[in-house]
Amino acid sequence: MSINKESEDEPIRIGVFVCHCGTNIGGVLDCEELAEYAATLPNVVFSDHNLYTCAEIGLTTIKEAIEEHNLNRVIVCSCTPRTHEPLFRSICEEAGLNKYLFSFVNIREQCSWVHMKKPEDAFEKAKDLIKMGVARATKLEALETIVVDVDPSALVIGGGISGMNAASNLSKQGFKTYLVEKEKNLGGLLNSLYRLFPNDQESSELLKDIEGRIQADKNITVYTSSMITSIDGFVGNFEVEINQNGNSIRIKVGAIIVAVGATPLKPINLFGYDGKIRITQFELENVLKNYSLNTNNIVMIQCVGTRNEERMYCSNFCCMSALKNALIIKEKNPDAHIAILFRDMHTPGIAYEEYYRRARESGIIFIKYLPEKPPIVEENKIKIYNEYLGTEIIIPYELLVLSTPLIANEDNKQIAQLLKVQLEENNFFLEAHVKLRPNDFATDGVYIAGSAKWPVDITESISQGYAAAARASTILSHDTLEVEGAIAYLPEEYKDLCRGCEICLKLCPYKAIRKNEKDEIEIIQVLCKGCGVCVASCPKKAIKIKHYTNEQILSEIYAFGGIKLP
Amino acid sequence: MNFEPKILGFLCNWCSYAGADLAGVSRIQYPPNIRVIRVMCSGRVDPKFIFTSLQVGIDGIIVMGCHPGDCHYLEGNYEAEVKFKMVKLLLNLVDLQDRVHLEWVSASEGVRFGEVVTNFTESIKKLGPSPLSGENFDQHLFEKLKAIELAADGERLRALVARKRIIMEEGNIYGEKISQEDLDEILISAIEDEFLRQQILLKLKNEPLSVKDLSQLLNIDSSVILKHIISLKARNLIDYDKIEGITPFYQKL
Ligand SMILES: Cc1cc2nc3c(=O)[nH]c(=O)nc-3n(C[C@H](O)[C@H](O)[C@H](O)COP(=O)(O)OP(=O)(O)OC[C@H]3O[C@@H](n4cnc5c(N)ncnc54)[C@H](O)[C@@H]3O)c2cc1C
Ligand code: SF4
Ligand code: SF4
Ligand code: SF4
Ligand code: FES
Repeated sequence: MSINKESEDEPIRIGVFVCHCGTNIGGVLDCEELAEYAATLPNVVFSDHNLYTCAEIGLTTIKEAIEEHNLNRVIVCSCTPRTHEPLFRSICEEAGLNKYLFSFVNIREQCSWVHMKKPEDAFEKAKDLIKMGVARATKLEALETIVVDVDPSALVIGGGISGMNAASNLSKQGFKTYLVEKEKNLGGLLNSLYRLFPNDQESSELLKDIEGRIQADKNITVYTSSMITSIDGFVGNFEVEINQNGNSIRIKVGAIIVAVGATPLKPINLFGYDGKIRITQFELENVLKNYSLNTNNIVMIQCVGTRNEERMYCSNFCCMSALKNALIIKEKNPDAHIAILFRDMHTPGIAYEEYYRRARESGIIFIKYLPEKPPIVEENKIKIYNEYLGTEIIIPYELLVLSTPLIANEDNKQIAQLLKVQLEENNFFLEAHVKLRPNDFATDGVYIAGSAKWPVDITESISQGYAAAARASTILSHDTLEVEGAIAYLPEEYKDLCRGCEICLKLCPYKAIRKNEKDEIEIIQVLCKGCGVCVASCPKKAIKIKHYTNEQILSEIYAFGGIKLP
Repeated sequence: MNFEPKILGFLCNWCSYAGADLAGVSRIQYPPNIRVIRVMCSGRVDPKFIFTSLQVGIDGIIVMGCHPGDCHYLEGNYEAEVKFKMVKLLLNLVDLQDRVHLEWVSASEGVRFGEVVTNFTESIKKLGPSPLSGENFDQHLFEKLKAIELAADGERLRALVARKRIIMEEGNIYGEKISQEDLDEILISAIEDEFLRQQILLKLKNEPLSVKDLSQLLNIDSSVILKHIISLKARNLIDYDKIEGITPFYQKL
């Protein structure tokens, strides 16, 4: 933590830095004039404008101004705090100013860029925003950040291909790793697959290799037939309870990876599915693996139970699975007639497209159908409307194979609740940000890999396993961790106000509030994420929050309204 | 001259503020009337913030959060929705309900952010300037709004609203689940009570008054006023000031 420059009675000295961002801001707003305006506001003792505040010169200017003018608040009026706040905060810290005494005013994303054609109005808006920022800065307080120890070990939930690769990778980086699998065996869906695209490797062979490495690794403890029953704690310090065949095991880990995969859809009531002569692509894998197929007329239907109202998504690998299995059948029995009824074929990249080309060359027939005119399955023939011919055609079959999607596991909800992470609309796990943080959850210290996030193929599952392990190691490789200082608290002098109604305790999404032995409300600092819900809800207004205080927010409102109410 | 309203937006950091940023990156153009206050979650927006905004003459206030199920803190936006519903009900009493709005905007909805802001700004333009701004400042309305703010800030309404989702999910202390409609009815009657009580308190703060005076000033039947006077006295919020003839006068404590 940095030294707090401010002492109680020291007058507030604000420095305002207006950024041109080249012409991004400067091309619309007169930054020099904005800086002059800022200088007229209460408590502002210094203001400046810079071409690029985030460039070396700009940053040096801030540091020097803090020293020279003894600033105890810094405001940068530029882009968005979502990208640049950490940088400017760290510059303040370097100059000895507590990082919570820095304040951001966004005049680019939310002003110059969105009001380009109205520069005068944009200028007035920028002035208001600066005025509000100054009002808020005046009320800012220096905060301490809390430092906690990190347990250098990890938990991986799910022992499929993605989870095993994540575990193996973490262990190789030197972190003790626990791998929890609910079934008797590791391997997940791969246990039921025959040969794999894109290199026709036997699934069992791939599994043998990685499983062997896991079992031989002394740094990995595997718990099969096990479920997670509770998760407490927070990033760096999770306390996990595992139930293995009725026995409870407790472990402590610093990070958690979710790799629970997904479930193939059983197409009950779709296309006459009966599990015998009308089976799923997944069941076909089992047939190919363990029996010999002696049917000559095979029809496959793609996108069964998916890309529709109920499930809007594409399951990603079903086209490839169909091509793969059709080619395997053709290879064993070149006389087999195979027709694939599809809506669109997805075969991205060179290797996958190659499968499609080979399938066409081998005489497999492809017929496109429209979702509004799906194939009609009868006893031993299929009627399908052919768009190109403009007529209905009839195809006989002995085996009908339905390509169904992967759907979210039924217990995803429970896991999400244990970990306090989010699910998306189809109940798959939702990452923090699809581009910026694709394998993180919004919850610190928890990561996601493989089909649990979205149906993916094996190559992608393995990559994601590595990615999640790498992300987890950014936490595990440190001895200690700083946690957010902008959190809720119950001030000593407000303790008497509290009536013990427990509303806060029930509303806190992170269970950060509890009653202690003395039956008093207590907020556990490291658990609180600073959402502010308890603050806005406590009937007695006993709970306060740091950095987003009522006074700070109200000061912004007054500044915009232009009136100071009594 | 064209009326350019003052619009204030409370945006949650994770979805709506990010959506606004994306609108910027995509150079979506929208009316420049809005000023934004960033909060971590829409659930942080205390109803007091909205009433205060109206009191300082802001013409329209929009609260934005993540879509249901997407809140960064899991359920903060559901809390925001419950609180906002009470705000609307209270503002209904003084016909200011159309000046506030709640909307879900995700981080990927830059275009939609622009649309939402444009539409809201347009709707406020149609409403015209707030009766609490500039020359047409309405002192009477201001006092009523003050009473509303105090009602919303009081323990009873805060507790009712904060408990709402808990009761709907877990049931009340007897384990009975209460329907949304029943809860709303309880809330509405509590809102009416609290609004009136706060108006009485505000009047008594200025000068001692009798039930009859209050009834005339607030244009409410004296039997209703009396009921509240009794309950306010029982709660030690008011007391007798003097008795003239047989008419008691009350004052705020
Ligand atoms: C018919 C079919 C054919 C396919 N063919 C190919 C192919 O040829 N090539 C290819 O690249 N991909 C193929 N795939 C895709 C491949 O199966 C997936 O990419 C892969 O299985 C994803 O691995 P995963 O580890 O994410 O999930 P999974 O394989 O589903 O593994 C998840 C593991 O987590 C465990 N688990 C679940 N919930 C819990 C819990 N609560 N606690 C503990 N453990 C839990 C499960 O038991 C399982 O062991 C095919 C898929 C199907 C359906
Ligand atoms: S601080 Fe932001 S606005 Fe300024 S130059 Fe850097 S990116 Fe542009
Ligand atoms: S909500 Fe407020 S009054 Fe109720 S227990 Fe929590 S701190 Fe105490
Ligand atoms: S601010 Fe949010 S996370 Fe922190 S204690 Fe309150 S409700 Fe819980
Ligand atoms: S974080 Fe956006 S509504 Fe809670």
